[in-house]
Amino acid sequence: MGMTITEKIIADHAGKKEVKPGDLATVKIDLAMANDVTAPLAIKILEKYHIDKVFDPEKIALVLSHFVPAKDIKSAEQAKMVRDFAKKHNIRWFFREGEGIEHTILPEEGIVVPGDLVVGADSHTCTYGALGAFSTGMGSTDIAYAMATGETWLRVPHSMKFIFYGKPSAWVMGKDLILHTIGQIGVDGALYKAMEFEGEAIRHLSMDQRFTITNMAVEAGAKNGIIAPNEKTLQYVSQRAKKPWKVYHSDPDAEYSEIYEWDAGKLEPLVAWPYLPSNVHPVSESTHITIDQAFIGSCTNGRIEDLRIAAKILKGRKVHPYVRCIVIPASKKVYTQALKEGLIDIFLEAGCVVSVSTCGPCLGGHMGILAEGERCISTSNRNFPGRMGHPKSEAYLANPAVVAASAVLGRIAHPEEVVSLKEVEEALV
Amino acid sequence: MRFRGKVWKFGDNVDTDQIIPARYLNTSDPYELAQHVMEDSEHPNFAKEHQQGDIIVAGRNFGSGSSREHAPIAIKYAGVPVVVAKSFARIFFRNAINIGLPIAEAPEAVDEINHRDELEVDLESGIIRNLTTGKEYKATKFPEELQAILRAGGLMEYAKEKLSKNVSG
Repeated sequence: MGMTITEKIIADHAGKKEVKPGDLATVKIDLAMANDVTAPLAIKILEKYHIDKVFDPEKIALVLSHFVPAKDIKSAEQAKMVRDFAKKHNIRWFFREGEGIEHTILPEEGIVVPGDLVVGADSHTCTYGALGAFSTGMGSTDIAYAMATGETWLRVPHSMKFIFYGKPSAWVMGKDLILHTIGQIGVDGALYKAMEFEGEAIRHLSMDQRFTITNMAVEAGAKNGIIAPNEKTLQYVSQRAKKPWKVYHSDPDAEYSEIYEWDAGKLEPLVAWPYLPSNVHPVSESTHITIDQAFIGSCTNGRIEDLRIAAKILKGRKVHPYVRCIVIPASKKVYTQALKEGLIDIFLEAGCVVSVSTCGPCLGGHMGILAEGERCISTSNRNFPGRMGHPKSEAYLANPAVVAASAVLGRIAHPEEVVSLKEVEEALV
Repeated sequence: MRFRGKVWKFGDNVDTDQIIPARYLNTSDPYELAQHVMEDSEHPNFAKEHQQGDIIVAGRNFGSGSSREHAPIAIKYAGVPVVVAKSFARIFFRNAINIGLPIAEAPEAVDEINHRDELEVDLESGIIRNLTTGKEYKATKFPEELQAILRAGGLMEYAKEKLSKNVSG
């Protein structure tokens, strides 16, 4: 029996020829990651057990991303604790405030490459699966253990396959493919499993959009999301890899617990209404919903392509007078590129707030918290009760084109209500 | 390990933002976290009104969302001895076992347990008794490896020996 890409990566890291779903495997890790919220707990655990040696400072990443630059004294103390630890242990991949969100930086800097096995104390660690790597989120104790030993234990997941045929229409992005998937299978539809995406529509997607898809695998309960590398992946990786990579593909006779096949050409942009990412509705059925805030950013949709499409819509237009539109490039590299391309000027002229790279409002951290009863349309990944602020505020999830169009009209809007497709196509050439 | 306590009943998909909202994640102090446990859930007064030893019973996918270990820590330090649910989200499940918060998966039991019922949970046998209704249920048995971690009081205690080479002097 053949193996899936997920099984092959786990088997290789377990030093085994073969693994099967359900097997318990002890694996060597290529990278352990934590951020300013989760690293302090891991550091305290290491200290409690008097562990003063990490397994390999070259294989640890610590990223100050969540409450940065520090929003209050307590957050400053947490960031300081992480910085001191990084200094003491000579951690190779320490990223200070403003460098960006870990899930954007690590692929962008070529720190994660195809075939890697990565564990991170952040649930959206599954993002790196877009590179053809196995990556999964864990808690601080698991990461403390991984930082000390270079190992972790995994139960080999069953794999589910999601095939997207056809060509998505112009306003349908990676975000809509993953929202469609979660809407179909539910927020625990992939619990403990691997979600493997393939098909014509996926093969043609840019890396930025693929990261959006694997980023949200955890919103269906999955252990990991994964897309086998093709020429687009290798082009992306070859420009930035800091180490050799290995390309894995699923065998033709690999076994899947479920296979879903959908026509991407039939989708329209989608909106996930509160309070679950699975509560998905077409944008055309959401246009009666007024908004107070629009957020373009996060590890899900804060990359350059996301900002480009938002800028195409906001160029020469104004954000609705009673809406605040917050734009946060997900990394300093994205920010710099957006500056070079004139996107930041467009956002500022439209009346947006542009901030330094941070997770910010996605998790109700800072930089755009919602008041009671307020509504936000957001390019981020979660719309749970209280996620972006007051427990009685509401978050709606959509792609960056929908969010930008909604910012202009002050209600949820299809991009075509604001800008003609022809206009965007001409501008993108 | 056998626990007896009054039930606080929750629905499906109680996510980690409901268990411990991100606005409190600027600390990792367990007792401070416990003061805000379940604050954005359907029982926002849980932290103030629950008694030590009360048991959380919930529906499907408990602990979904973020990887924040602060969630099981807040529950544990609030004095909740065990969480019973129809199912647990993957990262919460790992985190609970790793920090030594007992959890029990009992899909059949949950629908027949009401808010404020008196419950008895025996982790060794996996027997859950609803003392209010007199009914008895069996929790799903965890693999031996995970039971061993729970018995040891968490992953670090379980792995102490292995970790000893990282300790100098």
